[in-house]
Amino acid sequence: MSEAPLIEYRGVARQFTSRRGTVMACEGVDLTVHRGEFLAIVGPSGCGKSTLLNMAAGLLKPSTGRVFYHGAPVPEPNTLVGYMTQRDTLLPWRTVEDNVAIALELRGQRKTERHRHAHDWIKRVGLSGFETAYPAQLSGGMRRRVSMARTLAYEPETILMDEPFGALDAQLRLVMHDELLKLWAATGTTMVFVTHDLTEAITLADRVAVFSARPGRIRAIETVDLPRPRDVFRIRFDPRFGELHDRLWRYLEESVRGDIMVG
Amino acid sequence: MAQVDTIPLEVADAPVTVDLLAASARNERLIVMAWRAGITVAGLALWEYASGRWVKPFWISSPSAIYAQLADWVVTGELWLHVQITLTETLLGFVLGAVTGIGVGLALGLNKRLAAVLDPFIIAFNSLPKIALAPLFILWFGVGLLSKVVLATFVVFFLVFYNTYSGTLAVDQELVDVLRLMGGSRLQIIRKVILPSVLLWIFTGMKISVPYALIGAVVGEMMASNKGLGYLIQAAAGQYDTNGVFAALFVLMIIATGLHTALKLSERLMLRWKEDGS
Repeated sequence: MSEAPLIEYRGVARQFTSRRGTVMACEGVDLTVHRGEFLAIVGPSGCGKSTLLNMAAGLLKPSTGRVFYHGAPVPEPNTLVGYMTQRDTLLPWRTVEDNVAIALELRGQRKTERHRHAHDWIKRVGLSGFETAYPAQLSGGMRRRVSMARTLAYEPETILMDEPFGALDAQLRLVMHDELLKLWAATGTTMVFVTHDLTEAITLADRVAVFSARPGRIRAIETVDLPRPRDVFRIRFDPRFGELHDRLWRYLEESVRGDIMVG
Repeated sequence: MAQVDTIPLEVADAPVTVDLLAASARNERLIVMAWRAGITVAGLALWEYASGRWVKPFWISSPSAIYAQLADWVVTGELWLHVQITLTETLLGFVLGAVTGIGVGLALGLNKRLAAVLDPFIIAFNSLPKIALAPLFILWFGVGLLSKVVLATFVVFFLVFYNTYSGTLAVDQELVDVLRLMGGSRLQIIRKVILPSVLLWIFTGMKISVPYALIGAVVGEMMASNKGLGYLIQAAAGQYDTNGVFAALFVLMIIATGLHTALKLSERLMLRWKEDGS
């Protein structure tokens, strides 16, 4: 992992105004994402984690402060990032292969070529045989795999993931973690992974940033010094994992408790 | 929906279950069909019996008299002439109205400022009962085919336009954003996201507008015309010919059902991805 900064948030705050008033999503955020690292952002729901991703993608501007990508202001939209959201964003009228190949299609790649590439990725996420199925014919876990294949297949420089496995059951999530880490190790992409699950964050990431409840502020950033490749099924039982989890949980707990008292 | 993750456990006894399910579904269909046939026969028999015994045939005609009238029209070739006219007006109105409705709907949907400017005019025209324009169109375009086509077009246009426009507003912004981040151009996003998701709305608009196209044509014919099924109904009623009125209504019913079925089939072909999932 090199230390070159790829995404930089400097004094970033973002507020949303609606009829019910103004809400501060996040405030005073200074954060640097290094090239090639896997950064996890953990925090209670509604703490503006998704807002940070949207700003890195150039879909949203900060109210104050600035966000840089490669040292320059984030372009709108930032086509160097791939985005995998919590919600399903597969195109329902396209088959699995045409969904996975869509980014290549937009770049004008020939059909036989992009299908070959797509089939390779469909195989890597374990969905061989479902190339011509429509998303509605797949289970939730399978659709997540297709989303993952689609995001990884065109090799964006950075991948933003917003609670991508939030809707899956615990066992299936572990399987997906395993697959994600293997695929990521092979590509060397920069990852920014948002979750409210501390265990998920430590299992996957090189560094974990803990956010407070709204308005989201960074409470702590810790490096996860667990060796790779990691066994996602067993790493939770590593004593170093437990230590880190305890330390970070204290920050998270304060926010969660505060949240309960406010709510 | 297929929960494919769990299939291996169930594969062993799947064929039997599927067979049983298919058989019971087939049975259910047969029972429904039998009931429908029974109701039709009983209804017609009751009608035939009542006519001349309980109610004067002058008021309610009778299935046999209607059949005789239809047979007569078929022999003289009169039926085909009128059907042809009404169908031509309906289909021309439908196609012209749908094409312009889709076009304008997309244009406004993709151009927010134009939509904002035109909004009050659209609401004003849309809330007007379109059929009330028939006299004006007859005045402008004469008693021939053209005035009916224009009326049908107008009615269909608004239905299809409104659905198409609403469809463009309902496009999932997240799908659009995902393609923008992949470097998709405006044109690519329109072709690969907006048009396919609006297609469903367009079909809905077209489906509900088919009977209205027919209404437009028939109402126009009833007001001023010397051809078409609307004229046939009006002329028969003018001569107190109940058989003729019922016979013409029956033909209209057949035409409307036929058009609806045709559209449903084409929808199923074009929206295959949706059919599969449910």
